[in-house]
Amino acid sequence: MENWSLFSLCVLLGLTSRWAVSFHSYSGAGKPPMFGDYEAQRHWQEVTYNLPVHEWYFNTTNNDLNYWGLDYPPLTAYHSLVCAYVAKLLNPEWVELHASRGYESHSHKLFMRATVLFTDILIYIPAVLLYCFYFCDGSSKQKVATALCILLYPGLILIDYGHFQYNSVSLGLALWGILGLGLGWDLFGSLAFTLALNYKQMELYHSLPFFCYLLGKCIKQGLIGRGFFQLAKISLTVLVTFALCWMPFLSDPKQPLQVLHRLFPFGRGLFEDKVANTWCSLNVLIKIKTLLSRETQLFLSFALTLLFILPSSLKLLSKPNLWQFKLALVNSSLAFFLFSFQVHEKSILLAAFMLPLLVKDGLLLPYVVTSLAFLFLSLYLLSALERSTEEELRLGLYRKLTRHWLPKLNLSRIIKWKFWFSLVAMAALSFTSVWLEPPAKFPDLFPVLVSILSFLHFLGFIIYFNLVQLMEPQRKKSQKKTN
Amino acid sequence: TVMAAPMTNDQSWFYALALGVSFLKCLLINAYHSTDFEVHRNWLALTHSLPVSQWYYEATSEWTLDYPPLFAWFEYGLSHIACFFDKEMLVVPNLNYASPATVLFQRLSVIVADVVFFYAVKECCKCLREDKGKDLLGKPSFILTVLLLWNFGLLIVDHIHFQYNGFLFGVLLLSIARHCQNRHFEGAFLFSVLLNLKHIYLYIAPAYGIYLLRCFCFTQSNADGSLQWRSFSVVRLVILGTIVLSTFAVSFGPFIALGQLPQVLSRLFPFKRGLCHAYWAPNIWALYNIADKAFSILGVKFRLLDINKLPKASMTGGLVQEFQHSVLPSVSPLATLVCTLLSILVNLPNSNIYTIFVILSLLQPALFKIWHRPNGARGFLRCLVICALGSFMFGWHVHEKAIMMAILPLSLLAVDSRKDAGIFLMLSVTSHYSLFPLLFTTQELPIKIFLMLLFTIFSLASLKTLFRKGGALLNPLEVTYLLGLIPLELICEFVYPLTVWQKTFPFLPLMLTSVYCALGVTYAFIRLYISLLTCSDTTKKTKMQ
Repeated sequence: MENWSLFSLCVLLGLTSRWAVSFHSYSGAGKPPMFGDYEAQRHWQEVTYNLPVHEWYFNTTNNDLNYWGLDYPPLTAYHSLVCAYVAKLLNPEWVELHASRGYESHSHKLFMRATVLFTDILIYIPAVLLYCFYFCDGSSKQKVATALCILLYPGLILIDYGHFQYNSVSLGLALWGILGLGLGWDLFGSLAFTLALNYKQMELYHSLPFFCYLLGKCIKQGLIGRGFFQLAKISLTVLVTFALCWMPFLSDPKQPLQVLHRLFPFGRGLFEDKVANTWCSLNVLIKIKTLLSRETQLFLSFALTLLFILPSSLKLLSKPNLWQFKLALVNSSLAFFLFSFQVHEKSILLAAFMLPLLVKDGLLLPYVVTSLAFLFLSLYLLSALERSTEEELRLGLYRKLTRHWLPKLNLSRIIKWKFWFSLVAMAALSFTSVWLEPPAKFPDLFPVLVSILSFLHFLGFIIYFNLVQLMEPQRKKSQKKTN
Repeated sequence: TVMAAPMTNDQSWFYALALGVSFLKCLLINAYHSTDFEVHRNWLALTHSLPVSQWYYEATSEWTLDYPPLFAWFEYGLSHIACFFDKEMLVVPNLNYASPATVLFQRLSVIVADVVFFYAVKECCKCLREDKGKDLLGKPSFILTVLLLWNFGLLIVDHIHFQYNGFLFGVLLLSIARHCQNRHFEGAFLFSVLLNLKHIYLYIAPAYGIYLLRCFCFTQSNADGSLQWRSFSVVRLVILGTIVLSTFAVSFGPFIALGQLPQVLSRLFPFKRGLCHAYWAPNIWALYNIADKAFSILGVKFRLLDINKLPKASMTGGLVQEFQHSVLPSVSPLATLVCTLLSILVNLPNSNIYTIFVILSLLQPALFKIWHRPNGARGFLRCLVICALGSFMFGWHVHEKAIMMAILPLSLLAVDSRKDAGIFLMLSVTSHYSLFPLLFTTQELPIKIFLMLLFTIFSLASLKTLFRKGGALLNPLEVTYLLGLIPLELICEFVYPLTVWQKTFPFLPLMLTSVYCALGVTYAFIRLYISLLTCSDTTKKTKMQ
């Protein structure tokens, strides 16, 4: 079959599963008084539609910031505004000020789901297709298989179409940024990434690799000559984009400060809920929140995050190529997730680790189905396990190091066993947390276990990816042939 | 390459496809379900809580048991698992009971029962000629598996609308596969079981009857393929008869013993139904109805007809079951009989006494052809498809879902010859589109479009790859017709509801859909019929040369 038909089949499969997941419940359905993320998004439409721009981020009589106050950057607010205009056309009740609070109906759910699908089709899916088309090695069939796996990735589908968020917009824009950089259109890439950053501040996780890659590239071209010119063009693009996004808030200095304050709520503490990051897991042993002052916590998290992203960033700075860039993206986002301040479990978008959240939302069925489907699909299409040989995992150098004190260790076998062990552990935890009552003494036992297990995995991943990035000088050309 | 790794271990792709579609079905558990859901819940309840003697008398719900006894037993078996999910669904007076556990159980029962279908498809694949060393996506067995397992019609009818067709078609395909493997006794047994599960398969019974008699009971043919009377094997006929009769005896025996046979039959073949279903199935009668309407409008306009003498409310949309024609003669069962004689078999088992006449009195060209030039299992399949499609075209009170009976067996032919592939594309795309009105809820609108595109693009692209040599599968006219479905869909579901006519003529999009699709289905039927008649001639010629 031709490529276009294979790619369109992939897209259609992705769309079908997305819409099928959206039949299920959303966060906070029928749970007054606060409801959930779904209501937050609807509330933002109501606020942005009815209030003037300068009231959006302020607590006023018409805008109660304690009830899902806007805490995302301006692009999200504009997006809500656009959606609100459509909503007003369809049914004015949906966005009526005050009166629409907690509005729920079948047709409104359809409308909200449709907005997610629309942005997905517009931004995320084309980016994924282009990415697979240009940047995946191997035959066209491998490209199609990769595209299918990315499009059916359950974490994103469950959060966007089940729980309800618009992650595909920010991720899609960031992906457009990566595409731009990869194709050599640095200006376009930085524009797309700046937009992503202005849609969701969480994209800061990826910002350092972007910065280092572009800077490194300019340095390579020579900071005095062409490189400087290039750097100036890039910074100008970024600044102008930022200025355009923040234009309505620039009239009064109080405005941008308030927006920033809303975006980075340091007042909320080191972590909330059960997140699989360092702080939450450490909390089981040491009660950090009570031991340390807020400033110390802030400093500590900042220092640790920096410590963990510094090596990969420096490496990228010195060797700005695409492979290093991809690795740095992974490392940086993992470091931020593990060590930074105020992290949500949703920010990692890994389905298995959001289990408690999804169960709370009544999304157990789609969780089980999509995760299993993804697992089989990736095992089958990408044959992940068969590929986990040593060269594939790029651990050759690591092996050289360890040979002296671990003479007979078959790494690939260990990794296979570890993979199955993790799977069994995750399945067991999923099962117990759904079907068993936790002991009365520890009501949060299962969520804590889930988060600790995930934390350990992430810690393993960050160490692994750092090793890969720092030790392997570059992807060998010969390897491509053996694939 | 990476793709090659899993492909080398023989059949793993089959399980991947089956698992994949099962996951998709599981995601659809929360989707809209039609009244058929309540129908089957009611049958679960009544088979579970009433003695056998009451099954065909119970009438608390309007959805009385109108499937043959074996299906009732199937529901009886299911009900014993159902009580682990929710006991309330097994109470007969609990009308329209649909708790989440009930929905989960009923949906899962359809998904699990589809295992029969998976097995049957796997057996059918074994009957195909296989080119070794070909790319997986170009293998006939791979394409056939996707065409059957991921069939759009089955997905939406079974897993959204709610029915057990997958399981039933599993039995049918398995029976076909057994005939292809020359295991005729098993095949005949499976088909008689199928008849006792759902009697709509009576439509294709003539094909079975002729084929078994001609190709199995007569052990030999002459050199030119014609019948050799002396080779008739009485033993085989007796064994076949015993198999079929004993299946029926097991199924209907208890009811005959109870003296309930007339009651059971009256439930299975209800009288007093209109020529067309509420939503016209895209068959010849849809064209007939629209021609009648056109004539009456023209007649009134040119004052040839008196508006007061015309029957009232002949077109009030879906509610009226009896449709009175104004100009053209109202179609009585007798009239359909005449049409049948002109064309091919019409069975009216749903309708009335003429049915028996119809089946007995017809020496249809199709069956005649099969009798004279059996052409093996392929000829049998072709005849079966013609029977199914013919009864869909001319039958009394046909449901649009009945087209599945032609599409699924036709998939087997489609991967085998390019001519059939073209017919299959025409028929499947048109009739799948004609299933769209089954799902009228806004929530299911995207999913039906995505699934339809998925299936259509796959069948177009894969069959094109399979028959790469020898030009296009569809001629420009056919392509234009199929592309016409896109604006039709846009008008019917997106533009028309916004217009003022939506209030006054809400049935117009449905009418448009069924008439447009009827053209395509009729065209496919004619082409298929021609191919049947010419196909055996060519084999004769080649044999004579």
